[in-house]
Amino acid sequence: MPTFFEKRQLVTPGDLLAEGDYIAGENAYKEGGKIYAARTGLVEYEEKKVSVVALRAFYIPKVGDTVIGTVVEVGFNGWTVDINSPYMAILRATEVLSRPFKPQKNDLTEVLDVGDLVVAKIVAYDRTHDPQLSVNEPGLGKITRGQIVKITPTKIPRVIGKKGSMISLIKQETGCHIILGHNGVILITGKSLEDEELAMIAIRKIDEESHTTGLTDRISQLIKKEKEKKGGSQE
Amino acid sequence: MSQKPEKLIDKKGLRLDGRKPDELRPIKIEVGALSNADGSAYIEQGKNKILAAVYGPKEVHPKHMALPDRMVLRCRYHMAPFSVQERKSPAPSRREIELSKVIREAVEPAIFMEYYPRTAIDVFVEVLQADGSTRCASITAASLALADAGIPMRDLVAACSAGKVDDTIVLDLMDTEDKVGSADVPVAFMPNLGVITLLQMDGILTPEEFEKTVNLAIEGCRKIYALQKEALRSKYISVKEVEE
Repeated sequence: MPTFFEKRQLVTPGDLLAEGDYIAGENAYKEGGKIYAARTGLVEYEEKKVSVVALRAFYIPKVGDTVIGTVVEVGFNGWTVDINSPYMAILRATEVLSRPFKPQKNDLTEVLDVGDLVVAKIVAYDRTHDPQLSVNEPGLGKITRGQIVKITPTKIPRVIGKKGSMISLIKQETGCHIILGHNGVILITGKSLEDEELAMIAIRKIDEESHTTGLTDRISQLIKKEKEKKGGSQE
Repeated sequence: MSQKPEKLIDKKGLRLDGRKPDELRPIKIEVGALSNADGSAYIEQGKNKILAAVYGPKEVHPKHMALPDRMVLRCRYHMAPFSVQERKSPAPSRREIELSKVIREAVEPAIFMEYYPRTAIDVFVEVLQADGSTRCASITAASLALADAGIPMRDLVAACSAGKVDDTIVLDLMDTEDKVGSADVPVAFMPNLGVITLLQMDGILTPEEFEKTVNLAIEGCRKIYALQKEALRSKYISVKEVEE
């Protein structure tokens, strides 16, 4: 049962990762007792499971995920939301309005209009149906202020870091409130524009260098440097 | 260029551009050349200059084209008006429509089409400068662009041509050799799986010659495959080197 790469080594589609009694995990597939990579990324061996952490991928909805989307269409009894995925999501009017509503009387554009951003949760999705959203939880709903950063969806775990180390570092250093959408869209709300920009720079750097090691320390240094620069120019 | 050269292979056994019969043209590949596409690749193979761009997967428009159990792959091969000696009309010609289909069918076996039903992937191949075997270089670039877009694939598809010129079996035909030579065999191949996804022949070869030609083309594909992997890796490795 040999393996052909070292842990966290860069692989490309078609690379032979392991042979024999292994299970193909994410972004890997098994054919004729051999495990191959299906995407470009970093290989991970966990006991019997061989998977690839993709460096470039698109978002595929999963029930329970928090996502940030843009309203692209207002229909008779709901909205169509672009969640940065191959599939458009549906948000029903009954999910947003607690009271019963009549399409003839209520104007849905008063609640959410085309171009509005929403934080929502995916409540239903399968291969045959488009994902359905819900905003029936605290913290979900229309976004009124803050800044949006888009990154590769597979890099969200990297932004969170080990046990949330990376995200809590950014939150602490910048004093911003950050909501991570599993679809790679991040909402940053801070006290001032400078704080928000600082958090954005840090997150973009994580996106670019997600496959390197010792990133948390470098981000910490980056934030300190940026803070000094700003502090210096004000005096 | 218009006059036909008398001999395609000289006394030393070298070709018009000084290559040995089993030698590839110099190849340069760049992945992620376009920032607006989801995935892209640029290839220079000899005088060929080809750009490939991939968009998707995304919702299918028009909607009736969507398939309930698999993705739709759409491909457009297009030659720029300035890509050849005599200006080519920018409207899609018969040949370009055929090549679009050929390229689509050559890369389709590499993609997990059943993963994301009701979606479409668009592949655009733009030939900026043509010098023979553009279909092969296009397949090489298109499969790299697909991998760059993060589309799950079984393997990269490498493509290369071989043929017969002046009674010699040669690898990677250029324009003059293709037009004057006696046979041209383009082959697309997935090296890790050992699967041929494209095999065409234009000209006349004996069964023995044909076998030899195909084997030579597959060898060429393996060499190109190594370059493809290198190009895909270097996109990420360069970031790492800047930092450390």
